[in-house]
Order: sequence, then structure tokens, then C-alpha cells
Amino acid sequence: MSLELVQVPPASPPVVYSTETLGRPIQGPGALSNDWRRFWHLTYNIARSEWKLRFFGSALGYLWQLMRPLLLFGVLYVFFTKISHVGAGQGPSYDFYGTQLLGSIVLFTFFAEATTGAVRSVVDREPLVRKIQFPRLVIPLSVVLLAGFNLGLNLIVVIVFGLIEGVRPMLSWLELPLIVALLAFFATGLAMLLAALFVYFRDMQPIWDVVTQVVFYASPVIIPVTEVLKQLGPTALHLYMLNPLAVVMQQYRHAMVNHATPSAAACLGGTAHLIEPVVIVGALFALGFYVFNRTAPYVAENL
Amino acid sequence: MAELVRHEPPLIVADAVSKTFRVPEERTDTLKERALHPRRRTTHKTFQVLNDISFDVKRGEFFGIAGRNGSGKSTLLKCLAGIYGVDSGRMWVNGRLSTFIELGVGFNADLAARDNVVLNGIMMGLSPREARARYDAVIDFAELREFEDLKLKNYSSGMHVRLAFSVAIQVDADILLIDEVLAVGDAAFAQKCFDVFNEMRDAGKTIVFVTHDMGAMMRFCHRALLLERGDMIHIGEPHEVAERYLEINFGRDPEAMAQSTDERGGDGDARVVDAWIEDESGERVPATQQGRRVTLKARVHFLVDVQDPEAGLYVLNDEHVAVVVATTVRESERSGHFRAGEDVLFSFSFDNVLAPGRYSPMFTLAHRGSGLDLMDRFEAGNTFVVTGAEALGGLVDLPVQVGVSRVTGDVARPEALA
Repeated sequence: MSLELVQVPPASPPVVYSTETLGRPIQGPGALSNDWRRFWHLTYNIARSEWKLRFFGSALGYLWQLMRPLLLFGVLYVFFTKISHVGAGQGPSYDFYGTQLLGSIVLFTFFAEATTGAVRSVVDREPLVRKIQFPRLVIPLSVVLLAGFNLGLNLIVVIVFGLIEGVRPMLSWLELPLIVALLAFFATGLAMLLAALFVYFRDMQPIWDVVTQVVFYASPVIIPVTEVLKQLGPTALHLYMLNPLAVVMQQYRHAMVNHATPSAAACLGGTAHLIEPVVIVGALFALGFYVFNRTAPYVAENL
Repeated sequence: MAELVRHEPPLIVADAVSKTFRVPEERTDTLKERALHPRRRTTHKTFQVLNDISFDVKRGEFFGIAGRNGSGKSTLLKCLAGIYGVDSGRMWVNGRLSTFIELGVGFNADLAARDNVVLNGIMMGLSPREARARYDAVIDFAELREFEDLKLKNYSSGMHVRLAFSVAIQVDADILLIDEVLAVGDAAFAQKCFDVFNEMRDAGKTIVFVTHDMGAMMRFCHRALLLERGDMIHIGEPHEVAERYLEINFGRDPEAMAQSTDERGGDGDARVVDAWIEDESGERVPATQQGRRVTLKARVHFLVDVQDPEAGLYVLNDEHVAVVVATTVRESERSGHFRAGEDVLFSFSFDNVLAPGRYSPMFTLAHRGSGLDLMDRFEAGNTFVVTGAEALGGLVDLPVQVGVSRVTGDVARPEALA
């Protein structure tokens, strides 16, 4: 009585296929994919749409993004130049203290945004992870890239501020890409590590918030390295400079603002010692990738 | 004689795929707990979700994966899609694969339709250029051109679903993996989904469709696979799969004798002590096929002497509608004299014309007379299932003879139509 015809292919006898004719093997999810173009398109477009949201999502847009570092800068600047007199008239290395401070804050803001943003990133994108096949590393990387967009804009503000304060363009400004690259690798390594760990340890977020605060004070944002040397001695300074963020900030202060402040290499006790923070960054990056890569195939199941 | 057939390689092959989930018995998901109890071993329970699954899907085939909740069918789909990794076994795919497990995955409510469609396309594996080129087709199919700049949060739920569905079907893929949840929503939308599935099938797309709806499976699928607790129970024609599905779903219920005697009503002069279904060969069966002869039997224990009792049978469907009613009075008012302590078997046989589905039999025993003076009313806890390939929607499926003949010549027309 059925009026609908269902065409059924004849039941086939067991067939043996040569695996070469079967196309590509289906692999489980991973951190990376073979298709690097897709990997980049995904990372870029996720970061871009997030950025668009923040940029155009509110009336003030980018100004809000800038507001936080600027307010922090304002408070610290007023306190340390007008009240505690850390940054005024104590020798040539304190020249352009404002630009030094603002730039350090902007670099720190990138670091904090990229890492704290990455902590929850994979878990927060659970619907995507559980329902679409795509290289998992895209998620934390897009968070870092988003922070990178903001860093780019903020650095322009810093340069304008510097020029107004009286900083003159120098040849050593060409070091900026290297400085930013070291910072980006540092932040990316941590982002991968944190995003993977958060899947298993849900208290990573408060822990990391505290660590970020500690890092803020353990880096030359407010206190110049010369103070660390004066108060604690050269060994302490060396240890202090093993923090890659300290290297990044100090080199920024030296190369971008004021040659009178010591370079990162000088603080470490010689150019050869620069290898130490670089190794630390490299090791963290490798560890972060290793952990993320190991957990990526099971993330969808463990969320 | 062996026939040499040159087989075109299938588009999907799964070879002995197995997967387990490890679920910790006590979840420690904070670093604090780990630090406080470093020596505590978290024990894991292992669930075998897929066990040695092998199948192939040929070009142009509409392939169903059926099974009830928790059978592993969605996990299998996710393994095919590459969202879950498998523990052992291998799978291949030949062609571009697109997965639809849910509508509008990754849609961001704060972005306009345009950004969402493009971003979703990129997530699905298109290049940004392809995704932008696809946009017009998507927005036109969804009939949302005038709202394209509106943020998604300002869309009505109907518009949202339309956009999501349009995004899902406007893909240029050779193979589509579709989860049944795609066809959620109101009846009109479900119909639209099914229309599109039909179009895809007619267009020769290869589709893997996960479902527990046997009707949909039989309507669309060329071939299907039945999963039960991770095991492949059956692979073959959809109607076979549907029969097995109904059997394992409704046949195994061990809840016989559901009612206690207090709830049963009647004066208790006699009690039904057992009731079951038999097939043609006299075997007790949990399920029976449409078209076969079926016998329902009840064993009655008399506690007092009874003269000419009346036994009745009601076959109730899922909606508690009595589809079949029968009584011994039809046969004879004089069923006989039964003494206390005697056990008597009453049986009711009929050609099974019931529509496929689940039924529960109810037996009544009454004293001679109106039939309302009940001794016992027994609702058998063990339901039975009627299997069959065709569910047209009627309560029963009578062997109707259908005639079609062309009207020619001077057959008199009724006045009203003239």
C-alpha cells in the first residue's frame, strides 16, 4: 500500500578494498592541521570578529580598550612623579619616565590579555569544540592574536605620547619587532599551557590572576632596574632579569625610549647572557605546545 | 559462478572502529584537590561506546545510523567527523565532508548575519573568499536579505533557525554527516528539512544520517546500520533495521506482572496469573510481525466455583485506545463450569493487522451476565510490539484492495459536478 518507492542498492557480498583507493584517512582532532591556510584563516577571522565586537560593540569602542592601560598609567604616573618622586630628576636614565612607564604598561597589558584570555578560551568555546572539527590550537592562538591587534594600536599611542614628551626617533627603534616577537612567543607558550591545563584544573583562573599580579610587580613597570640593582645587588638583578617580561620591558625602555637606561643585556651581565631568557621562552613555548598537543585529541570528551 | 564486479571505491569506509570513554568516578578538577590529595588515584570507569564497527558508504547513498539514546550513534558520527578520536580501527573518507550536528554552531549573537555566515563558512572549511561568495546564496535561501545587517540577537527564533539551516545546506560538500537534531523545530520546519533531504538524495549526494526515528529512516535511507550499546546489531535494508530496532527497544522490557493484586479490581473470585503472546508456532514472543497470525493467551486461576464466566481482551495502543476488543461471549455464553483451584487457559487469535508500534493487552474476567460484574482486570505489564515496514498512520493496516482505472465513455456524472 505504500506509494513511495525506495530504491535499495543490492546487498553486496563482502568486498575487500585496497586502502590506497579509499581517499584520506579520518584522523581524530588535533592541535594542528595539515591545512595551514585554513589554520591561519580560522585564527585570523576568529580574532578579527572578536575584535570587531569590542571595537564596534560599544559607543566608545577602541577608547574603552585603551582606557584601562591609560587609567593605570595616569594613576602610577601621578603617584611616582608627583608624590614619591621615583621618576623625576634622578639622573638621565629617568628621562622620559612617562613614555617608559606607558610603554611598559602597554606591553604588560598585552601579556595579561593574551594569557588570562587564553585560560578559559577552550572551555568557553565548548560548542565549537564539541561540534566542529578544526585544529584546536586555533582557539588560544586567536586570543593571543586579538591581544596583538590591541598591542599594535596601543603602541601607536605610545609612540605619539613619546614624541610629545620629547623622545626622538632612533635607529634602535628597529629592534621593536624583535622585542615584540620575544613577548609574543612568551605569551603564546603560556596561552597554550594555560588553555590546556584549565580543561583539567578549573582553579587555574584565580591562580593565574594572582600570578599575573606578581609578574606585574616583578617586572620593570614602575620600578626601574637601576633601583633593583641599588637595593638588592647584581645577583638579584640577574635573577630578576630571567623573567622574560622584564627583558622585554627593559629592552623597550633602552632601545625605544632612553639609551641612558641599561639594556637588557647589560642587566644580565653581557650579551651572551641574553640566551638565558630566550631559552626560557623557548622551553615554555615547547612545553605549552607539548601539553596542548597531548590534550587536544581528548578535549572534546573532557569538557 | 563467481561474478567479477568492478567496485567503485566507497566514499566512506570504517574498519573495526572501537572507542571507549573514560569517566572518572570522582572528578577532581581543581589543582587544589590534586595538591591536597596527591596520592589519591582517581579511578576511572570505562564505557565501551563503539565496539568493532565496520561499514562502508557508497557514492550517492543515503546511509542511516540508527539506535536509541546512548547506543553510540552520535559518537560514531562525531568520530566520522573527526571531532572524537577513536581507540582502534581505521576510517577513510573520499571527498569533502561537511558535518551538521547542530544548527548555527558558533553563531555569535552580537554579530550581524553577514559576519556570522562568513565566519561559519570558514569554520566549515571554506576559504574566506569562498565563504563570502557563498553568502548571497545563503541569505537568499533564508529569505533574510532585508535583515542582513541586523545583529543576530535581534532576530526572531524563526529567523535564526532559517539562517542556520540555510548555512548548513548551502555547502559544497560531497558527503554530509547529519544528526537528527537538525530536524528539530515546528512541523513546518521539519517538513522543510525533510524536503531538502529528499532533494539532496535525488541530487546524488552521499549522506550519513543519524536518527532514532524509524519513519524518517525508512523514508530516506537506502541502507542503515543499527547500534545497540556500541555494538553493531544489524546492517542492511531500512525495514529490517526498523524491525530489529522495535524488537530491542520494546521487546526486552523485563517488567512483567506490573500490577499488584490490590490495584486490580474485581471481586477476586478468579485471577489472571499469566498472560503472553504466541506466534504461529506456539512460541512465546515479545514482538510479532504484521500480517502474521498472533495469539494472546491468559492463564486464569479460579479461587471459587464459577459458572460460565466471561473473559474479555482489550488490546490498547500507546495512546490507550482499545484497538481490538474481543470476548468469549461472541463464541458462546456458556463457557462452562470451573471449580475452585482449577487453572484455565483463555486464548484469542487473530490475523495481525495492527499498525507497527507498541501495544499492551488487558484481560478481564467477569461473572455471567452484563460483563460488568468483574472478578479480575489484568493489565499485562509485558507489552508487545508489532513490527512492520510500513507505517501509514492508520490504527490498523487492513489488506485493502486498491483499484485505479481510467474513467472513459459516457459514465453518468452526478449533477452537482456537471
